[in-house]
Amino acid sequence: MSEIRALIVDDSSVMRKIVERALRQAGLDLEVVHEAGNGSEGLELLRAQPIDLILSDINMPVMDGLEFLRQIRAQNLASGVPVVMITTESSEEHVKQAIQAGARGYIRKPFTAEQIKERVLPLVRAA
Amino acid sequence: MWLNGVRAAAVAGRRGGAEEGERSMAVSLRESVQRVSDPRNLDASVEEVFRLMLGIECAGHTGPEVRDEESVTAVVGFGGLLSGACVLRSGAGTAMKMVAHMTGMEFSQVDDTVKDGLGEICNMLAGAWKGKVPELAANCGLSIPAVITGRDYNLHVQAPEFQVHHVYRFGEETFGVTIVCDGLQ
Repeated sequence: MSEIRALIVDDSSVMRKIVERALRQAGLDLEVVHEAGNGSEGLELLRAQPIDLILSDINMPVMDGLEFLRQIRAQNLASGVPVVMITTESSEEHVKQAIQAGARGYIRKPFTAEQIKERVLPLVRAA
Repeated sequence: MWLNGVRAAAVAGRRGGAEEGERSMAVSLRESVQRVSDPRNLDASVEEVFRLMLGIECAGHTGPEVRDEESVTAVVGFGGLLSGACVLRSGAGTAMKMVAHMTGMEFSQVDDTVKDGLGEICNMLAGAWKGKVPELAANCGLSIPAVITGRDYNLHVQAPEFQVHHVYRFGEETFGVTIVCDGLQ
């Protein structure tokens, strides 16, 4: 597996660091990790940087994670790049909305490094 | 009331379109107050978040809540089927230790990282708690966390629908978690 350029979108800088740590613990070889505090910042980064993997929260100010997903699709950004939602929202309805909007995986907070490994690694390998 | 801001933010977060609104209208928890306010839901949520994200075992504490002079309070509002808030309050030293466990960093003061981390712990507690009741998981939104720091302050909610407050401890540290519901559809 080649080096991964990841984008982590979460309004909590602490959570962004925890997700990055979990990705490294899962064995991902990260070339670079870009961080965004909301969906709008995430879109700007996607326009400017090549990205191989996106992990995004849902509840964020300015632009939430579901709208971020919809805009990725509407603006034809990051085609084929796997997006995994990492969020406190756990209902089937939220999962359904995220998948419909283009997410390929869904992880509920609180999470374990093992869950990151199980749900993110296969997507990266398949991409 | 100070809860109005976070509650309004949570309500705004739920306005995801007509379809969502119509579904919310069809669901009611009025008849299920006991199920929603079951204190075991809070205990299970605290245990889960602290074990998975902080790597520490938390237990209920029956003695007095030990507080530093300076305290830190994180608040996440609920909106939608239930309105209210999840409140996590601890002394400054305990807050620093909680975030240190979560991040692997050391802290000597309540800086922006500690506030951010405590807000995120409260966010996960609120999400885990509402996730215990399926109707809430789908029809109750969460606000962005707000964090208050200071000395000698109290939080008041007038005539809540229900309130669950428990004190927990890990090691020598204690902290309190409160679920306040001031409206239930």
